[in-house]
Amino acid sequence: MSALIDVKGLDKAFGGVNAVEGLSFSVDAGQIYSVIGPNGAGKTTLFNLITGIYTPTKGEIHLNGESVVGMEPNKLAERGMSRTFQQMQICMNMTALENVMLGRHLQLKSNLLTTLLRLPSLLKDEEDCRDHAIELMKFVGCGEYIESDASAMSYGALKRLEIARALAADPKVILLDEPAAGLNGTETAALEALIKKIAAQGITVVLVEHDMKLVMGISNRLLVLNYGRKLAEGTPEEIRNNPDVIAAYLGG
Amino acid sequence: MLNSFMQMRLKGLVILAVIILILPLFMSNPFHYDMATQIAIIAATVVGLNLLVGYAGQISLGHAGFFGIGAYFSAVMTSNYDWPPLPTLLLAAALVGVIAWIVGRPILKLKGHYLSMATLAVGFIIAIIINNEGWITGGPDGMPVPSFSVFGWELSSFNQYSFLGMEVNGYKAWYFFAGLLLLLAVWVAQNIIDSPIGRALRSVHGSEVAARVVGVDTARYKSLVFVISAVYASLMGSFYAHFTGFITPHIASFEHSIVLITMVVLGGMASTFGVILGAAVLKLLPQVLADFQELEMMMFGLILMLTMIFMPKGLLPTAQKLLKKKMSRKKVEEQA
Repeated sequence: MSALIDVKGLDKAFGGVNAVEGLSFSVDAGQIYSVIGPNGAGKTTLFNLITGIYTPTKGEIHLNGESVVGMEPNKLAERGMSRTFQQMQICMNMTALENVMLGRHLQLKSNLLTTLLRLPSLLKDEEDCRDHAIELMKFVGCGEYIESDASAMSYGALKRLEIARALAADPKVILLDEPAAGLNGTETAALEALIKKIAAQGITVVLVEHDMKLVMGISNRLLVLNYGRKLAEGTPEEIRNNPDVIAAYLGG
Repeated sequence: MLNSFMQMRLKGLVILAVIILILPLFMSNPFHYDMATQIAIIAATVVGLNLLVGYAGQISLGHAGFFGIGAYFSAVMTSNYDWPPLPTLLLAAALVGVIAWIVGRPILKLKGHYLSMATLAVGFIIAIIINNEGWITGGPDGMPVPSFSVFGWELSSFNQYSFLGMEVNGYKAWYFFAGLLLLLAVWVAQNIIDSPIGRALRSVHGSEVAARVVGVDTARYKSLVFVISAVYASLMGSFYAHFTGFITPHIASFEHSIVLITMVVLGGMASTFGVILGAAVLKLLPQVLADFQELEMMMFGLILMLTMIFMPKGLLPTAQKLLKKKMSRKKVEEQA
């Protein structure tokens, strides 16, 4: 199987600080791939590089065989990349449902004339979009918030809403940045089930996460970062027994 | 779901239409009609500006400039060159659309104060050109504008019309025409807001980075809404010129831009009906306080400040919220 995401020799420097240095790894299609590491290891920077928020100082990123370095996030979205944020990015000036419908932006033809005159073709598309968004909200467990404003939702529900929005784009790969942060035990268990359901649909999942129990339970492969460099890569079993990883996490 | 949404939209339009229809019962002389017509035209301008400021969260302190181009293009072409008013007005709007697109692309990359400064400068340039090119615009003294006409049918405040057997004065005809324009402006604005384009615009305000990762080309959408709001201003500027029959460079001035923005902020950002209320209040206020005319700009500044501090959501949304609170409290009391 060819790699869906292929990263080679990736560097990102902020002033004199190398947040990511000489990083290479690849994610196969259909995997749940997790990136772990201590705080400040460069996990979120890596996500921002892959999704086009940052431009790398050096290195290559291929998505589905195509070089995507320096591409704008909206261009990457067109190529099937979708993500959530550690600092949630929800549009609080919109309803919960509209946030998810926004996720289908690329699936909708937005013609100015049909919009200005509100022609029937637009209404049909909007209705389909709305139905799909409602389905997705139920899928992630936000069913009771369909009529709510985003600003009226709880933290945990907003995290799931952001996943629903990311799924609305029919992505090939979804990057989740610390989806379990701030969730309680029950919510984390629900999240684990949700990630498995997403992967079961054939969507590749890349995960940054601190919750070791969650990560070890669901990942096919893991990448361990420390000070922006690759410390180890492998299956959960290999990572658990890797002496470097143990040293980085437990000190020594 | 979809139906309730559409009903809500329709309800607002119907209420507005009813207000426009019953308002003449309270208006007794041509001056009242003149005021109401001006309010309707300015309100329609502000409805367009609100798309940019309220919904997409981008500031423009130069919108009077676009209003001015529309007004002066119509005035100059119809009076000096005998162009027919309707095609001239549409051509002016297209011209303003192109100008807004060209200036909008680079300046909408700026954020916050820088964007305000850039739009301010655009407005100033337009006002200066209108002021200085006296050979064609009449300069600071202003210029007369022929009345509006379509296919030989002339709409003038001084004419008499018969409509369904009723005699209608010209100023009343203009009032109803302006009311129709306002309804149309609101309808189109609501169509934009409640569409994929509208969602993309609002997401630029809500979270630009979220918008980008779901595939919204934010730069393109910002330019688009800038152009739409500028076209609104140009169209209404042309109508305003034909209605008043005489225009001065003041309509393109910085002060006028501030008045327009204050109407949006006071009435309620991202509230289409709120900004109409804002336009009405700020158009009527100087009439009520005519004795303090020289303090007008200070008053607008004060209103802008006080609204930002005490009522950041604006008049209508704040009133709606209070009403909702009161109703739910009443319900609780009834149940107890």
